[in-house]
Amino acid sequence: MNGGNGIAIDVKGLTKSFGGREVVHDLSMQVKRGSIYGFLGPNGSGKTTTIRILCGLLTPDSGEGTCLGYDIRRDAEKIKRQVGYMTQRFSLYQDLSVRENLEFVARLYGLVDARGAARDMIRRLGLSGREEQLAGELSGGWKQRLALGACTLPNPQLLLLDEPTAGVDPKARRDFWNEIHALAAEGLTVLVSTHYMDEAERCHEIAYIAYGYLLAHGTVEEVIAKSALTTYTVTGEGLNELGAALPGKPGIDMVAPFGTSLHVSGRDVAALEDSIAPWREKGGLHWQKSQPSLEDVFIELMGRSRDNFQ
Amino acid sequence: MSAVDHPAPRREIRERFGFLRRSYAMLVKEFIQLKRDRVSFAMIVMLPVMQLMLFGYAINTTPHHLPSAVLLQEDSDLARSILKALENTAYFRFLYEVHDVDDFDNLLKSGKVLFGVEIPRGFERAVRRGDRPALLVAADATDPVAASAAIGSLGMVVQTALKHDLYIGDPPEMPFEIRAHARYNPAASSSLNIVPGLVGTILTMTMLIFTALSVTREVERGTMESLLSMPIKPVEVMFGKIIPYVLVGFVQAFLIIGIGVGLFGVPVLGNLVLLALLSTLFITTNLSIGYTISTLVQNQLQAMQMSMMFFLPSILLSGFMFPFAGMPAWAQYVGEGLPLTHYLRIVRAIMLKGATMQNLRFDTLALAALMLLAMTIAVTRFRRTLD
Repeated sequence: MNGGNGIAIDVKGLTKSFGGREVVHDLSMQVKRGSIYGFLGPNGSGKTTTIRILCGLLTPDSGEGTCLGYDIRRDAEKIKRQVGYMTQRFSLYQDLSVRENLEFVARLYGLVDARGAARDMIRRLGLSGREEQLAGELSGGWKQRLALGACTLPNPQLLLLDEPTAGVDPKARRDFWNEIHALAAEGLTVLVSTHYMDEAERCHEIAYIAYGYLLAHGTVEEVIAKSALTTYTVTGEGLNELGAALPGKPGIDMVAPFGTSLHVSGRDVAALEDSIAPWREKGGLHWQKSQPSLEDVFIELMGRSRDNFQ
Repeated sequence: MSAVDHPAPRREIRERFGFLRRSYAMLVKEFIQLKRDRVSFAMIVMLPVMQLMLFGYAINTTPHHLPSAVLLQEDSDLARSILKALENTAYFRFLYEVHDVDDFDNLLKSGKVLFGVEIPRGFERAVRRGDRPALLVAADATDPVAASAAIGSLGMVVQTALKHDLYIGDPPEMPFEIRAHARYNPAASSSLNIVPGLVGTILTMTMLIFTALSVTREVERGTMESLLSMPIKPVEVMFGKIIPYVLVGFVQAFLIIGIGVGLFGVPVLGNLVLLALLSTLFITTNLSIGYTISTLVQNQLQAMQMSMMFFLPSILLSGFMFPFAGMPAWAQYVGEGLPLTHYLRIVRAIMLKGATMQNLRFDTLALAALMLLAMTIAVTRFRRTLD
């Protein structure tokens, strides 16, 4: 395969601004072939921009790198042949039927038997019986399935999925992820951006990006370990007062309610212990020192980056 | 999803004929979309029919400096005097002086002149003898407005001129007869002029708008993002978007000419194949210009406005509404830059005068040049990235 050495995406120092505002700042990342790489971060953090740079839809202001062994600046055309890009907004033709959309893609990429390829994909997607339905009339889950089908049709080596499961019900989301894992098992590299923590945990590796900065990356365990966050899970009566009183105290970096419990986290363990000591002595609440969840880590990262960059 | 049960078959990808294949993919897609868009589809038929019914009148104006030719079969003082007198009226401008009847006919047929004066052999002698010889005046009456005013002025002008030069006495008595011949449109019927003109005008309007919206629509619907991420080149997108509408334009042209012939009795004297070929060229030129517009604007509203900005001068300065020869020089220069101007000459010449390719070489080349210019701008302006 092109590029070899097991790396699908290898970029360094990517920077991109729009109208003087830097959207992606000095971003470097590596994605292994055949892995599922999760791209996380708040809205407007630069995820979409980064994905668009990778597939040649945007030219970076500075930085360099390769995608499937091709230079992202010079070989955009070659990259396009090997990459399936699923946009955040449904971008197939709403006034074309399922079959017509797939045939269009198949023809454009030069598949030998465009009709046959579309027919096979319809069967594979479980869309048999709906092939003549207009794409615009499909439900959210079906649209997303069709979009995935369209971008895997020309046998790409890399899939770039930009928030593919936004606004899709849990069942469809689960099916979708099963499909992504099946594709990765066939050797495809998948880069997927998402807001959902459970989806992040289904990735082989993740990267967290906020305000254009890549703040953390690695496996889920690595990211949690590197955060050096100590978290207490508090349950019991009077969580509301606690939640109102703690933020801003020394050592308290994050207070977040999770259903009937409250997560209190901080990087400075000693300061954290000091701040919560008066509450622990008061009693009535159950304090449990626990492993921070990925969400704790991200909320804390986000809060920190906001302080730094805004 | 049942991905595990149906592993994706690796499909072979063809590398040859990529250009044709991708253009074709685009073309099929555009065709289906057009077919689904019922309103646009209805417009293809309704627009020409409505316009034809509405344009039942002609706009009148007095032309001047009509390009003219003289067929001189004798070189005499009297002949010179008459020509001078005609030129002094400011109605005529003599561009050509020929001595051969065929040359004379060709000038009229190709539209290089709208007016011709023939001074027969032995004319001066016949006048002196008092034989009242005929002075033949041929006018291209495919544009009856331009021709009739000029013809009407002839008698008085010549009389005054000759009196001045003492060829005739006072009270004036016409020493020769003026025989005016309104060629191609003897009845000076304005529908003969309007119908071929409408072919061009309607085609300009519909073709322009169809393609002007095409790229912006993809951008606004969000489909551009995914189209750009696929391996298709700007030229391929352009051809894919233009070709389906060539067919649409063809249907419209057929419809207008059909109604013109059937309802208004407009003749088609020339070669139908030539008319079809040059109409296709004109249609493609307009589609290219529309497509260029769509690569220049940001949204569909801007695309509409820019199309109108191109359409209005096309109607006013092409010779459709007002005789081309009557416009000031600057307006004529602008007019020469509009495809409609050239097509109007072509379509009137073929339908009403039976002109051949030889007569229409200049206008054909002009159309082709405008088309290539538009296509070049479009392809270079087409944004391949979202930057």
